[in-house]
Amino acid sequence: MSFINYASREINCKIVYYGPGLCGKTTNLQYVYQKTAADAKGKMISLATETERTLFFDFLPLALGEIRGFKTRFHLYTVPGQVFYDASRKLILKGVDGVVFVADSQEERMDANIESVENLRINLIEQGYDLDKIPYVVQYNKRDLPNVVSVEELRRELNPTNVPDFEACATTGEGVFETLKAIAKLILFDLKKGK
Amino acid sequence: MSNPQLIMYDEEFKQINVVLDKLLREANAKVIFLVDKNGQLITGCGETERFDTTSLASLTAGNIAATGGLAKLIGEKEFSILFHEGEKDNLHISIVAGRVILVVLFDTRSSLGLVRLRVKKASEELTAIFNRLLQKNEEKEKSGDSEFPFAEITDDDIDNLFS
Repeated sequence: MSFINYASREINCKIVYYGPGLCGKTTNLQYVYQKTAADAKGKMISLATETERTLFFDFLPLALGEIRGFKTRFHLYTVPGQVFYDASRKLILKGVDGVVFVADSQEERMDANIESVENLRINLIEQGYDLDKIPYVVQYNKRDLPNVVSVEELRRELNPTNVPDFEACATTGEGVFETLKAIAKLILFDLKKGK
Repeated sequence: MSNPQLIMYDEEFKQINVVLDKLLREANAKVIFLVDKNGQLITGCGETERFDTTSLASLTAGNIAATGGLAKLIGEKEFSILFHEGEKDNLHISIVAGRVILVVLFDTRSSLGLVRLRVKKASEELTAIFNRLLQKNEEKEKSGDSEFPFAEITDDDIDNLFS
């Protein structure tokens, strides 16, 4: 959960990007990192294997500015998508304030998407969270590829509760900031309610 | 919720910094910082400007979480102390009050024994402060007296963050 410091007038929130292996979670963070002014971002940390697959997590601290005199910082994390890193995924969900599910729009990755959402739901429950109650948005990534499933079908399979969702191409940056803005907004409104 | 929101107030923040400053002197440490178990930096003292404390905080919390996972696999609740020895600098990491992480960075001007001794004493003081803080958080929540800064937040406030 978020950390509010009245003494230094700061608020810190944790956003986790979740999704199947190779869906583009790290690419989302890399795009945000590239496009953010130097004074607003910290160092991006990637704990990756030699083949550039995320081993533990990617981390990007972002200072977006002030709200009502409080410096607002978002800590962006990704989880390793590959199935066998489940223990790491559970750890990274600790203290999460909001989740972005990054889906791979390609037809052959539909089963992996569905499995990953199920895995997210189960791992959140283990940490004491309910996916239907926490700030949550879905991103349909890789919309630029030829073999993609229609957004209607993705929505039906992956977003039955109709949370905010976005089409994206993380390599070009399309939809990346829209997704981040939406989740940040949901988190801040959640805070407003004093949760 | 398993890990409720942490709210820090001026009074406890000052008390925590006093304990950390004392620990820095008595342990002959270079840097000391305190991190939330979720990876958020609470405060730090010493040569903090020389280090990327945000990243250190996040990786420390990740390290504690991973070590906690290892502990559970062998039937332990958690490992309360971690020590990393480098050629010049060393890290002593410990869990305080079950929910925050105390990190002490020291070099050859100090020793592991001295750090352990001083950390133990400081941990007791920090535990007392955090227990008071958590009690205060609970009382404020119960009485509805949260003085919450975001209660009046608007769509425009949030949009302005991204402009």
